[in-house]
Amino acid sequence: MIWNKTIECRDREEMRELQSKRLCETVNRVYYNVPFYRNKMQELGVYPEDIEGIDDIVKLPFTTKQDLRDNYPFGIFASPMQDIVRVHASSGTTGKPTVVGYTRKDITTWSEIVARTLNFAGVSKDDFIQIAYGYGLFTGGLGLHYGGERLGATVVPISGGNTEKQIQLMQDFKTSVIACTPSYALYLAEAMQERGVDPKSLNLKVGIFGAEPWTEAMRENIEESFGIKAYDIYGLSEIMGPGVACECEAKAGLHINEDHFIPEIIDPNTLEQLPEGQKGELVFTTVTKEGLPLLRYRTRDLTSLNYEKCECGRTLVRMNKCTGRSDDMLIIRGVNVFPSQIESALLKINEVLPHYMLEVDRINNLDVLSVLVEVDPVFFSDKIKELEKLNKRIKKAIVDVIGINANVKLVEPKTLGRTEGKSKRVVDKRIIQ
Amino acid sequence: MIAKQLSVFLENKSGRLYEVMEILEKENINIVALSVADTTEYGILRMVVSDPEKALKALKDNLFSVGLTDIVCICIPNEVGSFSKASKYLSEEEISIEYMYAFALNDKALAVLRTENNEKCIEVLTNKGIEVVSADKLKKI
Repeated sequence: MIWNKTIECRDREEMRELQSKRLCETVNRVYYNVPFYRNKMQELGVYPEDIEGIDDIVKLPFTTKQDLRDNYPFGIFASPMQDIVRVHASSGTTGKPTVVGYTRKDITTWSEIVARTLNFAGVSKDDFIQIAYGYGLFTGGLGLHYGGERLGATVVPISGGNTEKQIQLMQDFKTSVIACTPSYALYLAEAMQERGVDPKSLNLKVGIFGAEPWTEAMRENIEESFGIKAYDIYGLSEIMGPGVACECEAKAGLHINEDHFIPEIIDPNTLEQLPEGQKGELVFTTVTKEGLPLLRYRTRDLTSLNYEKCECGRTLVRMNKCTGRSDDMLIIRGVNVFPSQIESALLKINEVLPHYMLEVDRINNLDVLSVLVEVDPVFFSDKIKELEKLNKRIKKAIVDVIGINANVKLVEPKTLGRTEGKSKRVVDKRIIQ
Repeated sequence: MIAKQLSVFLENKSGRLYEVMEILEKENINIVALSVADTTEYGILRMVVSDPEKALKALKDNLFSVGLTDIVCICIPNEVGSFSKASKYLSEEEISIEYMYAFALNDKALAVLRTENNEKCIEVLTNKGIEVVSADKLKKI
C-alpha cells in the first residue's frame, strides 16, 4: 500500500518537471517577498528570470543557520504574520533561537508528508501511535501528531518522559507504533524489564525513531528487545520538521519527499554540487513552503543520494544514513551542542585555562558528555574540597549554557592537545554507522 | 616556625608520580614526608622537602601544577597518648585540621598538619610543650 502513488512512484523525468515548476515559483516568491533573499540574489547578479528549471538551482545563494539567527525572529518569513498559524523554535542555547513559521497550507503539507513517511514504515489508519517526542517549540511531537491524525491512525499525544505512564498506556491501549528518540526506546525497554514487563508481550510492531544519530547496532538491539521493526526518520525544523525523509520497509536509505524539498549534495569546502552517489553536505531547497521558504539551506549533515528505484516500488530519491557533520556540532541526547558553547562557559571561570576536550560516549544507551579542563596553576589549590567546588562551578556553567549535565574532569595544565593549527576538541566515542 | 609544603596536582596516570620523583632526584632534593590524597580522577601529592623553593621551580619548569602551602610540623614522642594530647589542645582552641599526615620511627613521631590557623596552632602547641619543628631543621632531617 502506497499513500500517494502519483508522487511516490513518479517517473524521474516527470518529478524533475514538477520540481522545476515549483522551484521557479519559490524563487519568485522569495525574491519579491523577502528582502534578505532579494539582496543575496542581487549580489550574485541572479534574477528570477534566470531560473528556468532545476538545473539552474546552482545559481542560487545558500542559506545557513546563522542567516536565520541574524534575521531573528521573523526576518526571512515570506508570508505576512496574519497568515502564519504556527511557529516553532530551536532551544536557542547559543543566544538567539532559530524560529520557523508555518501557514495553514504549510501545516497541511507537513501533515501530508508525515502521513506519507509513517506509511513508508507500514503504519496505517488501523494503528495506535504513541508519540513520545517532546511537544512544544520542538517540531518532533506536534509534527508526528498531525501526520498521525492525517493518516487516520489513533494518536496518543503523551510527549516525552513519564516512563511509568508510557508503559501503562502501551499495555492498556495496545499501542502498535511508538515514535521517540532511539535512545529513549532503549531506555523504555530497560525500564520495562526492571518492572517485570516483557517488551515483547506488548502489541508494538513498529518504531519511528529520529532526532539523533543512531547505529545499526542500536536498530538490532531495539528490534530484538521489542520484537518490532525500527525505522529511521529524518527532518530539521528549518526545512519542515520530522518527515523530510524516512526509511521504508526495505530499510535501504531514507526516501526524501522531494516534491516538497529538493536535495543536493555539495562539497562543503568548494560549495560545488557533487554528482549522484558522492558523499558530501546535504542541502535542501523547499519548493512548496509559504511561511518560510529556504533556498539551498545547508544542513551540515554529511550523506549521499541514491536515485535508483527502490525495491518498495517508490522512485523518491533516497539519502543514506548521515555519517557526520561538516561543522563541529554534536547531537547529545537530541540537543545540538557546539564546542564553542562549552568554550564560552569555561571562559567565565578564572581558575581554568581555555583549553578543553570534549568526550562523548554512549553509556547504558544514554549519551554522556565529559569535559576535560585544565586547571590554571595560578589558582591551584592543595585542598581537594576547593578543587571539587571548582568542578561544581564548571559543571553549573556548562549546564547553564547547553542545558545538559556534563562530567567535568580537571586535568593538569598543558596536557590537552595543542597541535599546530586546528586542535582536536572532540572525541566522539559513539559509533555511528 | 611555619614550614612550606610542596603540593602537586597529578592526574591519575601511571608514571606521573615517578616523573616528579625523577625531577627531584636530579635537583638533589630530599623528601622528608610525602602523602598522596586521591580522587577518582586526580590526586594531590603533598611533600615536605629539603629545599621547597628549588623544588617548586624545578617542577614548574617541567610544567607541573604546583604550589607551596604553609604547614606545621610537630615532633612528639612515639608513645601511647601523645598525639591524643596534641589533638586535644587544638580542639580546645577550636583549631580544625584541614588535613594531615604522620609517621613514627624509633622513639619519635612526626606529624605534618595543615590547619585553618597555622600561627595559632604553633602558639598553642608550643605553650603546651609540644615540639614544633622549624623549617630549617626540617631541611636537615
